[in-house]
Amino acid sequence: MALHEIHVTINDEPEQVTVPANMTLMRMLREKLALTGTKNGCSAGECGACTVLLNGEPVNSCMVLAVECDGARIVSVEGLASEERLAPVQETILRQGGVQCGFCTPGILISAHALLQRNSNPGEDEIREALVGNLCRCTGYVRIIESVKEAARMQSAAS
Amino acid sequence: MNTHPTLPEFDYLRPRTLAEASEFLSRHPAEARPFLGGTDVLVRMRDGFLSPRFLVDVKGLDGTNDLRFDSRTGLTLGAAVSMNRVIASAEVRTHYPLLAEACRSVASYPLRTRATVVGNICNASPAGDTIGACLVLEGVLHVHGVHGPREERLGSFFLGPGKTILNAGDIVTSLHLPLPPKACAGVYIKLGRNQLGDLSIVGVTALGHPDSSCRSGYRFRLALASVAPVPLVPAEAEKHLADHPITTESLREAAQLASDACSPIDDVRGSARYRRLMVRNLSAKALRQVWSQLTG
Repeated sequence: MALHEIHVTINDEPEQVTVPANMTLMRMLREKLALTGTKNGCSAGECGACTVLLNGEPVNSCMVLAVECDGARIVSVEGLASEERLAPVQETILRQGGVQCGFCTPGILISAHALLQRNSNPGEDEIREALVGNLCRCTGYVRIIESVKEAARMQSAAS
Repeated sequence: MNTHPTLPEFDYLRPRTLAEASEFLSRHPAEARPFLGGTDVLVRMRDGFLSPRFLVDVKGLDGTNDLRFDSRTGLTLGAAVSMNRVIASAEVRTHYPLLAEACRSVASYPLRTRATVVGNICNASPAGDTIGACLVLEGVLHVHGVHGPREERLGSFFLGPGKTILNAGDIVTSLHLPLPPKACAGVYIKLGRNQLGDLSIVGVTALGHPDSSCRSGYRFRLALASVAPVPLVPAEAEKHLADHPITTESLREAAQLASDACSPIDDVRGSARYRRLMVRNLSAKALRQVWSQLTG
């Protein structure tokens, strides 16, 4: 099986990675770049634990081939916070108690962050719809949804 | 047991031209597959149902990224256009709201970043959520094969689960939807095990519009998902509504005819008997909703 050399920007850092064709973006992040914030839940695009931003849009990284990402910009959960501060939804999910075991949290954060980027004032239905692909077995979702609502309020107060 | 099997080995190719892609695919008929968003093929490969030696990425080839609306001819949707792009298009939402609604019913936002309507069609699953809208809107596929481009009507495209009339070397480059009929109304009713994100147990797409060539003055189109080996158009039900005055009774009769046309199976999502009953009930509901939009 041929290896492919690809160039990607991950969390604003340029990277050159050699990947086999059958390596998914999720495995590349975890196994080649040690970015283990991105979780492997189902490997089938069902659970959302591996959600990352690919050229600004959320994708299930288990359903994307690494080789397809040549030239792409990728943001994983490690790239949401800046040096000094957490992204709004990271801050609010902590405050609201939206994290229990934490396995779904990276994917939830990426999906919620992407929602707030495309819709600065989402209603509860829109939040639920945006998170339909992120399964959580602990929280019952209520506190997660509250944290996205609060992040939206924080974001609009700041702008 | 490895609960997270990795993908089997294969090689990935990105041809530069359609001719090159068709030629390669035709030389490796059993071993090579065209590749779009991968949301279906990667799952089936991981689960061992498919083991192609080559995935031929056709995203980026000529015309596959176009999303174009022309007020005289209709909508052209490139093969690589994601469902989220379809949903976000103001022109689609204005002129083909039924297609946007069908796309919105698929899986989740991150999956729809990758999933495509053309991929949904080529995958030829009887459950394909966006196929019904494309059928009732008279979709035509633009196909590039070893002998060059041609067109294929969606109405005669499906042969069985996962089987279509496409030959080795054929690449669907885009879907064309003609202008929707004047003053039409449409709905997609999807019955899943939960409200959002699931595969359909039954899906009913209905479209209706005034048509003076029909005895009833209206033409209705129906397409049914997950109740036959192929996405099903119940022609008898459509004919019933073309020939008989539209009343509560005739809509109910058409829904029964739709149910009679099905040949569902028992599977993990629902029994055949349940599906037949749901086709009857949901077809009746869909037709009533369309009728009330047409007359409201």
